[in-house]
Amino acid sequence: MNFKGKDIISIKDFSRIEINYILDYAKEMLPYAKGERYKNILGGKVLSSLFFEPSTRTRLSFESAMNRLGGRVIGFSDPSGTSQKKGESLADTIRMADSYSDAIVIRHPQEGAARLAAEFADTPVINAGDGAGQHPTQCLLDLFTIFTEKKKIKEKNVVLLGDLKYGRTVHSLAYALSLYGAELTFVSPESLKMPNEVINECKELGVEPTYTHSLEKAIKDADVLYVTRIQKERFPDAEEYNRVVGTYKIDNNLLKNGKEDLIVMHPLPRVTEIDPEVDATPHAVYFKQAFNGVPVRMALLSLVIGGRL
Amino acid sequence: MKKELKVPRIKDGTVIDHITAGSAVKVLHILGIPKGTSSVVSVAMNVKSKFGKKDIVKVENRELDTHEVDKIALIAPKATINFIRDYEVAKKYKVKLPDEIVGIVTCSNPTCISNAKEPVKSRFKVITKDPLRIKCYYCEREPEDIADRII
Repeated sequence: MNFKGKDIISIKDFSRIEINYILDYAKEMLPYAKGERYKNILGGKVLSSLFFEPSTRTRLSFESAMNRLGGRVIGFSDPSGTSQKKGESLADTIRMADSYSDAIVIRHPQEGAARLAAEFADTPVINAGDGAGQHPTQCLLDLFTIFTEKKKIKEKNVVLLGDLKYGRTVHSLAYALSLYGAELTFVSPESLKMPNEVINECKELGVEPTYTHSLEKAIKDADVLYVTRIQKERFPDAEEYNRVVGTYKIDNNLLKNGKEDLIVMHPLPRVTEIDPEVDATPHAVYFKQAFNGVPVRMALLSLVIGGRL
Repeated sequence: MKKELKVPRIKDGTVIDHITAGSAVKVLHILGIPKGTSSVVSVAMNVKSKFGKKDIVKVENRELDTHEVDKIALIAPKATINFIRDYEVAKKYKVKLPDEIVGIVTCSNPTCISNAKEPVKSRFKVITKDPLRIKCYYCEREPEDIADRII
């Protein structure tokens, strides 16, 4: 399987076989991601890291991934210091980054920005989140985490909780989990329900998601509880945000009703939706999940830039 | 009673028939007519036909490019194209929606990058033709109000 030069824009661009291949390779990357081993497979290569929106995990794990493989990173984490401020188009910014580097990672507040970037770049473009759109590398690391913790995804009951309307991670994840035949339960406030397009995609893949307002009910049969933050920045008005924030809260009392081996995941950052008391329980895998961003992104960079372990 | 034509026959050119009633102006807009042409263009709207009302467009002395004309299937899926040569129908076919629609419909998502000041045209993949469903190439959203989003 050859990924050299391939853009990573949406999880939907990949077949299950291709995803399996990436995840298997990410597993091989684990000791390198932890710094236990080192191989200079991207030595002399440069990654452009273009973050038009704030990020902690995605940006740092991409930079860590590139550095751990011997490559270098250029870029910005705040567009106010760039010519975008002077009105330069995204297309022109991409043309520049394309000529300075061997791959481009982009996060942008507008949906479709990464797809547009890929049109103007000869080097591979990796989407690190485009507005409320796609976030394929998050999706891959989520799948990697479930495989690592649960060994399989088929027939596992996965509850997606929180902001299912604006949350880009849950849209990609619902699709990818359907590809693997998971059982899906959606829990959200009425105003933040999963969009019909996503539900239809699940159905087209043979998965009939169930929907409930009641987290207490959903948690009983859950193998995986995937929690998302109610994202203030995606709300058109503050009133709607204030109405729904704090609807669901995960704490040890709630988790008593769940299976013993239930895992709790979260793409982070969390605000109030998971009580810190959960961190010390075996249910909490969200920090491991965040670490998994490094081996998965190492695998992707290695595959699209070229150079194998 | 003698059947009378609302719009006279043309000697040479293109007749677009069976346009959904009331859509003729939008059809002209999609085809960029009359801009870029000096041909005589006749439009008949709400003409009675076997299947109810319809619109008709006649463009004289010009055979429209079939690939271009196919775009009108977005709003007039039952339209037929007739190429007229010396008063006779030389060629006739039904419009067929292309697999991709470029630069005709704007994305309904205000934060889609195709609505920003970028050097790209809007681009949609046709998912199903009946019922018509299209998906934005950039943001992957499906606009529902397609006819109202024609540029």
